Amino acid sequence: MGKLTIGTFSSLIGSMSLDFALRLAEAAINKGHKVDFWVSGNATMLSKKAQRAYRDYSFLEKKVKELIERGVNFTACEACSEARGYHKEDTMEGWKRHNMDWYLASCFDSDRVLHIGGE
Amino acid sequence: MAITKLAFLVDKPPYKTETSRLALTHALSSQSVEIYLKDGDNVEPFLAFIGDGVLNCIKNQKALTIYDVTSLDMHIRNALLFGLNVYVCKEDIRKFGLTEDMIVMDADHPDGELKTQIVPYAEIEQAIESCDHILFF
Repeated sequence: MGKLTIGTFSSLIGSMSLDFALRLAEAAINKGHKVDFWVSGNATMLSKKAQRAYRDYSFLEKKVKELIERGVNFTACEACSEARGYHKEDTMEGWKRHNMDWYLASCFDSDRVLHIGGE
Repeated sequence: MAITKLAFLVDKPPYKTETSRLALTHALSSQSVEIYLKDGDNVEPFLAFIGDGVLNCIKNQKALTIYDVTSLDMHIRNALLFGLNVYVCKEDIRKFGLTEDMIVMDADHPDGELKTQIVPYAEIEQAIESCDHILFF
């Protein structure tokens, strides 16, 4: 089985890119692949805990928790998060926070990199 | 020992969104990626600006003065100083009526020898083909 690195840059609300990226990660896990999931820029919003579900907006916290339990490696850009006021204590359990070099290191030995750009 | 080649391809203009800035900051983070890798392993990134992305390469940007944020030409100079190849699409430069003297061409630092390469798109395509992964911003 292979390793997939997914890098995402779009915000949780205002774009469906994160919804798509999570379903892609789920499909890869279902096939037995390893998945690293990197969020940077506005996508760091995905790592924020205590999201509230409204039917008019994407609510992805539940899906993220499921995927964390299934072994997806979620990592948020620390600088991008801090710049937005998302501190360590605001971050969902199971997430890692690193500098951007972590993403490049994940790309290093990945079989495929899917870089899903921002707005 | 292995090297993974990464193409950072930028076609978004500067300042309207964060996208091109993220391309530059991610590419520059290659300077410290070795801390996660085995001895001898590394990544080799290059930056290529195409389409509206060439507007990131205009020199003498005043973002620091006006918005109090780092300017993208500063990041491009740093990329050249750190040894990252920077390609700018010749056809797109021409399309915007820009000339070489309006583009960041060097690191503006005594240790920076690398120059920006203004090349036809076909050459950028060749560089992309030699890469392991493309990161499209």
